[in-house]
Amino acid sequence: MPDATGLELYAQELRDRDGESIVDTEFHRNRATLVANPQKIKPVLEALQGKGYTSLASLHGVDYYPHEPRLGVLYELLDMERVDRISVKARVSTEDPRIDSVVELFPGAEFPEREVYDMFGVVFEGHPDLRRILMPEDYEGFPQRRDFPTGGEPVLFTFNEEGSYGRDM
Amino acid sequence: MSSLTEDYRKREESISYSAESAGESETHELMTLNIGPHHPATHGVLRLIATLEGEVVRDVKPLVGYVHTGIEKTAEDKSYWKVIPVVERMDYLAYYFNAMAFCGAVETLLDIEVPPRAQYLRVIHLELNRIMSHLVWLGTSALDLGAISMFWYCFRERETVLDLFEMSSGQRMHTRYIQVGGVFEDIPSGFEHKLRQFIELMPRRADQYADLLEKNQIAVERLRGTGVVDQETMLGLSVTGPLLRATGNPWDLRKAAPYSSYDHFDFKIPVGTVGDNYDRFRVRHAELYESVKIIEQALDGLPEGPFITPDRKVSLPPRHELATSMEALIHHFKLVTEGFRVPPGEAYYPIEGPRGELGCFVRADGSAKPARVHMRDPSFTNLQALAPMVRDGYIADLIATLAMLDPILGGIDR
Repeated sequence: MPDATGLELYAQELRDRDGESIVDTEFHRNRATLVANPQKIKPVLEALQGKGYTSLASLHGVDYYPHEPRLGVLYELLDMERVDRISVKARVSTEDPRIDSVVELFPGAEFPEREVYDMFGVVFEGHPDLRRILMPEDYEGFPQRRDFPTGGEPVLFTFNEEGSYGRDM
Repeated sequence: MSSLTEDYRKREESISYSAESAGESETHELMTLNIGPHHPATHGVLRLIATLEGEVVRDVKPLVGYVHTGIEKTAEDKSYWKVIPVVERMDYLAYYFNAMAFCGAVETLLDIEVPPRAQYLRVIHLELNRIMSHLVWLGTSALDLGAISMFWYCFRERETVLDLFEMSSGQRMHTRYIQVGGVFEDIPSGFEHKLRQFIELMPRRADQYADLLEKNQIAVERLRGTGVVDQETMLGLSVTGPLLRATGNPWDLRKAAPYSSYDHFDFKIPVGTVGDNYDRFRVRHAELYESVKIIEQALDGLPEGPFITPDRKVSLPPRHELATSMEALIHHFKLVTEGFRVPPGEAYYPIEGPRGELGCFVRADGSAKPARVHMRDPSFTNLQALAPMVRDGYIADLIATLAMLDPILGGIDR
């Protein structure tokens, strides 16, 4: 993990390339996070990739309800040579949940991006095969959002097959 | 047709069979074969859409989600200590690892120290769990290759491990042994004796497994040279664990970024050379010995002291204190009703699971329940490597490759 100073240096370096790329930095419990502009996520990750963070360890979605913009996409980058991690966060709103796909930079992002789309409804533009992955294809709604209720999901039997989700009552 | 069938057909149509024919002859036709979700060789409820040209696999698309139970959503509705049992059920062969990743993330957010004895006890159980997981993998994989007896032998040793788990925690699976701040209970008397018997026996058993499979020409020929994927592709696909190590990259978080006192132990990282199924088999098999070595060292050097953090805001007070101490009673009441609160923040805690990097992301919002729990499950990420592994190989090798990939569907679907 870069320390707080190192994180600021990274942020400044990225800002020098593009003034709008980094919105904020967070440093909490030794975890360094760059908050990136969602429109600039690809150049930011590409720059970090060039700095040695060549592996995308994980990608996850977060719903920051009730804070706006609500949705967040987090990229956990890993430098296997120096054994160093840095995370990049991009916040998008629920009204326009769009962000560029990074599958071109990290082929391993394909499934995780599909999962974030499935659970949070974030549309990854340029993703080769953006479909639901865990939920059924005809499922309505994005279950991991904080305002999506738990429970009450009807269990599909033959007698209630017609009334289940995705079908007219 | 009922509407269910209709929907099913529609869903099938949405899958693109983008595989291209080798193009040698116009007469070669592509055939689509559906494997699973209920198929004994898919190691769970995995569905594969394979595009075949004759006997050769041109493309394969995994379809997952059949055992999605929304554990991450459920976790948001439970206090931190109640999340441990549900996350344990994700990758059902690596329950200690799931609990460890989650507790590690929460401990990072709480900024609490785990006592050395608890760290050693964790290591002992994590490595026992690794052995157990590899035994299930070895047994079921050998079954896929047609060797039924291996299955019984591996499950015999697995029983011993489960007996040990039962001794230390009362449960055979999903033990809830690892707690935030330490472990649930100290090991009982007699545990050490039984564990020493096991670690004395296990290397000899592993030798026997090797003898059974290594000297079996059918097994060796089915594994050697099949499912080869080079290191760069694996790294690009974020594949970790034995699959990456089989290609010759010694990436192991226990060595690279030691957690829970792993730096105190002397062990080696087995690596392969070419990254075929045989290397994957050898790497996992060699890890059995290394895990035994770690357990032995942890048992020899087991430090004295508390097995859980003495911080009463996080861990339950000992039972006997409840009768005499008002403070303890209040803490006990607060912990079992509301649970402890975690200061706002985010943490990602990666550990080396039996299948690769198992990371847990936790976002706390200051309340007693996590605002987001996400498990980076290695099976989920590693499954992306299936298509490059099986492409242009025989369909029979697909079964062997899938077995050597070792996906756990509970972890993939969560």
